[in-house]
Amino acid sequence: MTASLKNYLENSNGYHAAKWSEPVVMEMTGTGRRGVVFEDAPAPKLPGKAARKNAPVLPEVTEHDALRHYLHLSQMTLGMMGVSLFGTCTMKYNPRIGERATSEHLKKLHPLQEAETLQGVLELYDNFSDFLCEVSGMDQFIFQAGGGADAAYTHACLTRAYHASRGELQQRDQIITTIQTHPCSPATANTAGFEVITLSLEENGYPSIEQLKSVVGPRTAALMVNNPDDMGIYNPDIKEWVKIVHEAGGLCFYDHANFNGVMSRLRARELGFDACMFMLHKTFGAPKGGGGPAVGAYGCAEHLVPFLPAPVVKKDGDSYVLDEDRPQSIGRVREFWGNAPQVMKAYAWARAMGAEGLREAADISVLANNYMDWRLGKTKGVSRSNPGIDAPRMEMTRHSVDQVTQDTGCTVFEISNRMTDFGIDALWLSHEPWLVPEPFTPEAGELWSKEDIDYWIDVLEHVIAEAYEDADLVKTAPHNGPIKALTSALDEPSVWATTWRAYERKHPSKIAAE
Amino acid sequence: MARLGLIINPVAGLGGAMGRKGSDEPDIAVRASVEGRLSQSPERAARALDTFRVGCSVEVLAGPVLPPRGEVTPVGPATLLGTAADTEACVREMQGKVDLILFAGGDGTARDICAANSGGIPILGIPSGVKMHSGVFARSPERAGRLAADFLTDPLRRTEMVEVLDLDEEERRAGRLSARLYTVARTPLNRRGDRQNPKAGSSDTVGEMDGAIAAYLRAMKTETLYLLGPGATMKVLKDRLGGGSLLGVDLAEGGRITGIDLDEHTLIERVAGRKVRIVVTVVGGQGFVLGRGNQQISPAVLRAAGMPRIDVICGADKLAGLNPQELTIDTGDPALDSRLSGYWPVITGPGRSLVMRVVA
Repeated sequence: MTASLKNYLENSNGYHAAKWSEPVVMEMTGTGRRGVVFEDAPAPKLPGKAARKNAPVLPEVTEHDALRHYLHLSQMTLGMMGVSLFGTCTMKYNPRIGERATSEHLKKLHPLQEAETLQGVLELYDNFSDFLCEVSGMDQFIFQAGGGADAAYTHACLTRAYHASRGELQQRDQIITTIQTHPCSPATANTAGFEVITLSLEENGYPSIEQLKSVVGPRTAALMVNNPDDMGIYNPDIKEWVKIVHEAGGLCFYDHANFNGVMSRLRARELGFDACMFMLHKTFGAPKGGGGPAVGAYGCAEHLVPFLPAPVVKKDGDSYVLDEDRPQSIGRVREFWGNAPQVMKAYAWARAMGAEGLREAADISVLANNYMDWRLGKTKGVSRSNPGIDAPRMEMTRHSVDQVTQDTGCTVFEISNRMTDFGIDALWLSHEPWLVPEPFTPEAGELWSKEDIDYWIDVLEHVIAEAYEDADLVKTAPHNGPIKALTSALDEPSVWATTWRAYERKHPSKIAAE
Repeated sequence: MARLGLIINPVAGLGGAMGRKGSDEPDIAVRASVEGRLSQSPERAARALDTFRVGCSVEVLAGPVLPPRGEVTPVGPATLLGTAADTEACVREMQGKVDLILFAGGDGTARDICAANSGGIPILGIPSGVKMHSGVFARSPERAGRLAADFLTDPLRRTEMVEVLDLDEEERRAGRLSARLYTVARTPLNRRGDRQNPKAGSSDTVGEMDGAIAAYLRAMKTETLYLLGPGATMKVLKDRLGGGSLLGVDLAEGGRITGIDLDEHTLIERVAGRKVRIVVTVVGGQGFVLGRGNQQISPAVLRAAGMPRIDVICGADKLAGLNPQELTIDTGDPALDSRLSGYWPVITGPGRSLVMRVVA
């Protein structure tokens, strides 16, 4: 848990990120300084013209200098471990035991080994597919997609293959989505060659059935939606939606990126959906971030299974096999079987949680968000999206500080920057385009304690009070971070440099001065 | 060294408090002073200037009246009346001297500035008028000041074209609310929702619109007569068809423009017996697709064309900024308006459309 804001304010040291006056490694060079020298290191054998004539200009530093340098940089960039309530993503703790499990059980395997020597990991894949089928009502899961968007793309490709198999692909060239569905649905549908029709929100916080009906027809290939949507509002008409699209001959895909609030409370298949996607790197406790390995677990009902990417793990008697012989398959969406370490970590998490654990986590997520919603409702200058409707908010809610911005000039960016001074991760705002001005979308999930949530809201209230008293303090934040707010230099190609060579070229006077 | 121009129209907004629909009547200032009313525009300009000064310390040339606080260099004729001629004189004097004209006023002020802004200096409005249909206004004085400071300190000074509309006074006196599209103006590219439409960050609207128009062109059918509405977005489409008017309604067929800036009667003649398709964009900041700025596409034209399909092309960020989230039609024929009401897909990019509710 986090200490209270009072504790923070009374402790004059408060929070401060590590800040080093660190030169660029090229500037640290001292001739002859080096780490370990291997006297008998073999020289690479290169064909004549491939070998360079001059040695590369590399920094010459000691091993200790190099370690210290990169440690300082990492402290400045990765040093904060604060409270992160990152909506639409479901960020949660990644149990460290997952790292050990993958290290012990996967590190020495290779996907090109013979299947009979991979029975353990194949069993894990098969069991996890069963687990997710139980959670979703689907008939088969695969773990090849390298993230949520990749899974959405998998669906767009399956949609293509499905309609092609029925001779209707030429006719069915439109995919329908909503403006509060994650942007990866329209983007992947476009990439797969479909036209995208996006529905807009209406009074209830979601598009009306009439609006859906106005665009569904013989050209409809699929519906791709999330629910609850990107603002945390659940569309109660969803069964009717699926029925309308099915009657027109389209497929229905449920993006379960926002699954946390409904885990074990609904099954996509029971709502009528043909396919769905879970993010193992978010909802299922495996790590995410930094563009690292992720998994979009894609599951579908029987009629779509023939089109799944190959290979599919299958049980054959007492053993497991990789089924590559799938003539209707869309082919691969990623190499091998996807990111196996993530699958193992997510499987470990899911088994540890069990059915009861998932249900409890879902309920806590909704409870935590509604507690936040209740407290933020009393916070000066904060409003919530669709204020006029009484639809329940699920695991997250979109709020706005527009009133604060109008009164003080401090934008949500600046308020977010100032909050980082208190050890709060930068706020998640909103996908684009912004329908709510000055938006932010916190999501506590099942992880964060009441003390953490209270601290987070206390900090927000404190920063908003600062905005009203001393707007400049907020506008010039962060004050306790390793760097101040970014300047517009990032927009100026003549200034920024991502390599030392570019820096030398663009800043000759600075180089000369040294 | 960058400089800011600050135009304050001292009569802007007076008409609103007096129950008028604008402040364009010539004697408005006199009558306001009789009623003891003071314009809010100098104070709103000062608020914008306060915020501007936080981020930018450049010289500010101001006229025809000066803000109640803040250091400025006066330009133009010293006056308390603030006629259109005063505004235009100041704008002329600012040509070549300033990099952005920030103005406190309404649609009428925007029009006056554009009339004298021969150098095409970007303009940005501090909302202070009664009528603000144009797309050049920030959402608040503070945001205007901020956006101006951001613009002048941004080395790239990115801008976009937006429409300047004003109510047609003759039509209004005849009892009909009718906004005319007067011109388009260059305004700082809004990257953080600082202008009246709370648009969002980094999406590439220009690229999306470019792709949308290219895709639309590819799909145009030779036998169909296209009736192309006014506005900056439509101008891009017209330019690809050989060039047309910015503010008028043009016709295109067989891949080229065949009629420029046509009036209602000519349109009725030309559409008769043809397979017609109408293409328009959302004009101004208030979500109008028919009836504001494109009145030439009248009920009679729509009927003569056999109630053709109407395609709307508009950036997703502009649609997102509408509050409420709907488009509006006001053709002057309530029965027709109600018949046209419903859900319209609006083209927002290549292969992308957003369904919007259209209300009368």
